[in-house]
Amino acid sequence: MQNAPSIEEQMEIHRRMILTRRLEEILGGLAKDGKTRGPLHRCDGQEAVGVAGCMALRANDYVCTTHRGHHVYVGKGMDPRRIVAEIMGRETGYCRGRGGHMLLGDASTGMIGGNAIVGAGIPAAAGMALSIQVMKEDRVAMAVFGDGAAQTGIAHEAMNMAGLWKLPVIFLLENNQYGLTVRQEVQSPVEDLFIRAAGYGMPGLKVDGNDVVAVYQAVAEAAARARRNDGPTLIEAKTYRMQGFSTSDMGGYQSEAEMAPWRDRDPIRLSAETLSKSIGSEAVAEIAEAAEVEIQAAFALALADPFPVFEFHRPSGAYTEV
Amino acid sequence: MAIMRYAEALNAALREEMGRDPRVFMFGEDIGRYGGVFKVSRGLMDEFGEGRIRDTPISEQALTAMAVSAAMTGTRPILEIMYADFVPLCMDALVNQASVFGYLWEGQIEIPFVLRTQGGGGVGTGAQHAKSLDVFLAHIPGIKVVAPVTPADAKGMLKAAIRDPQPVIFLEHKLLYNTRGEVANEEDVLVPLGKARVAISGTDISIFASSKMVVEAEAAAKLLAKDGIGAEVIDLRTLRPLDLSAIKASIAKTHHAVVVNEGWNFCGYVSELSATIMDHCFDDLDAPVSRVAMPDMPIPYSEPLEAAVIPNASRIAEAARRTLA
Ligand SMILES: Cc1ncc(C[n+]2csc(CCOP(=O)(O)OP(=O)(O)O)c2C)c(N)n1
Ligand SMILES: [Mg+2]
Repeated sequence: MQNAPSIEEQMEIHRRMILTRRLEEILGGLAKDGKTRGPLHRCDGQEAVGVAGCMALRANDYVCTTHRGHHVYVGKGMDPRRIVAEIMGRETGYCRGRGGHMLLGDASTGMIGGNAIVGAGIPAAAGMALSIQVMKEDRVAMAVFGDGAAQTGIAHEAMNMAGLWKLPVIFLLENNQYGLTVRQEVQSPVEDLFIRAAGYGMPGLKVDGNDVVAVYQAVAEAAARARRNDGPTLIEAKTYRMQGFSTSDMGGYQSEAEMAPWRDRDPIRLSAETLSKSIGSEAVAEIAEAAEVEIQAAFALALADPFPVFEFHRPSGAYTEV
Repeated sequence: MAIMRYAEALNAALREEMGRDPRVFMFGEDIGRYGGVFKVSRGLMDEFGEGRIRDTPISEQALTAMAVSAAMTGTRPILEIMYADFVPLCMDALVNQASVFGYLWEGQIEIPFVLRTQGGGGVGTGAQHAKSLDVFLAHIPGIKVVAPVTPADAKGMLKAAIRDPQPVIFLEHKLLYNTRGEVANEEDVLVPLGKARVAISGTDISIFASSKMVVEAEAAAKLLAKDGIGAEVIDLRTLRPLDLSAIKASIAKTHHAVVVNEGWNFCGYVSELSATIMDHCFDDLDAPVSRVAMPDMPIPYSEPLEAAVIPNASRIAEAARRTLA
């Protein structure tokens, strides 16, 4: 298979997906106990998109994500302890408690960053690709964004320019079937959104977003294309959001009948099945055990970390006085 | 009269106005089946159907421009923008379309739409979901901006806004939706736009505020009363057009003023209030006007950081004491 992940890479994808899932589950528990602040947008069921998508990139490639970006954070190699610390508002978090779970940024892994203005990551990645093109760097940029974000005007403007200028950018559309509470068919007259690529002169393709190998291959191929200066790619990864919109979501609009088949296609379960065939089920179980130890330690350390102390942000200030 | 939550008062206003005028329709993100993320439009889709209560894609820029032109051509649209932080995406339609054509084509067209949105911080929603951008909107000629604090005003002013021939921006606050108060049941009780309200009367200092900052100003007045200071709290209710006579009357009595807004200080709504008071009440003032606003920086997420930036009762009381000192 061309551009397929190696066994070692598949093991690492599996590990990062478990880290992400356990992060979500533990956060969900803390939220229920009233120990978190603001809404949390969990990505349970969508781990393959963010993790395998980011693993197909290099360390110095850029990625932009959304309000629902925990899988991208972990996928790009960020430290779970500092992710948790940020979400819990601690000084040791990636933004020293300033950002919160939607707005993490980590320039050292190229993850800049989470964004809670729907659609904003799409031109952001295109702009990074523009910078790469101007500087003639061997890098690519990737936007991970939702089916809801795909309907924004800015998505069209950014994709048009990316196609026009052959920018080294990957548009990874994570179609989890829902905007906030409304199904995709209430937001778009067409079911497949990748077909829009034709209007921007770029390849468009659909992949199974719960299959890590399919996601990895598609992104790796798109990255190779971008590095050859052949321009952008639109990849639509079909997946499903298992835990509602957010922790402040009252739910009721995702039916059990709709969710059940997706539960059977849990990306972590599918990845475990595939991996077992090559490394055996014991080795797969060991990955999960090690991930559990790591995530527990991340929470224990982060929750013991101090809160930040307020300081005025001087560069934002409106006066000089000499 | 009935006791209602702020969100229920808005819901009642929407239901009554949609019932009385078939030209009124509402659109916005997640407002239909789900009833809006703050539940303001709960039940309306069942009552009025998918034609008049529309769930939309995430398309603020086009939605606002469509509200403007739909209003020009015979309907009375109500557009919900989920967070005030997204209002910058709506700006061209307001600044270059609604404002301009209301003047250039005066006498030929009217633009009777309402843009409802909610802002404000305090609950950890972070730098892109907690802002108060009142001043961005109040800056635009030809557009009214209202920000009621009580459920009664929420209902009466939303009804007045829907019936108004001009564009009206209706600013709500995420921490007000669950507050309760007495609300008129009658369909014909409107609260006029452009009129302030004396929330607490006093003789020593005037505190001018709107929306949730009125609650903070009222709490500040209680703190000040313990020190024997009689603060008058003026609930502006409408940010544009501003009720100048209410401002003048209060300052003529107290000779001191504190102006409050949850948005930024620099070029902020507080700056306009301060300048307006200087322009019109200078001779009545015994001390400079004090501003209480958001520090000029993005809103941080972590609890101790966010608490340090959001204007509150103690900062208002402190400003009042400084002004009187
Ligand atoms: C410009 C803008 N409009 C509206 C919102 C409110 N909002 C947050 S997430 C969301 C739905 C996004 O859907 P999608 O892009 O599919 O992402 P998902 O939540 O499914 O991951 C909406 C409407 C926002 N944050 N920004
Ligand atoms: Mg979605």
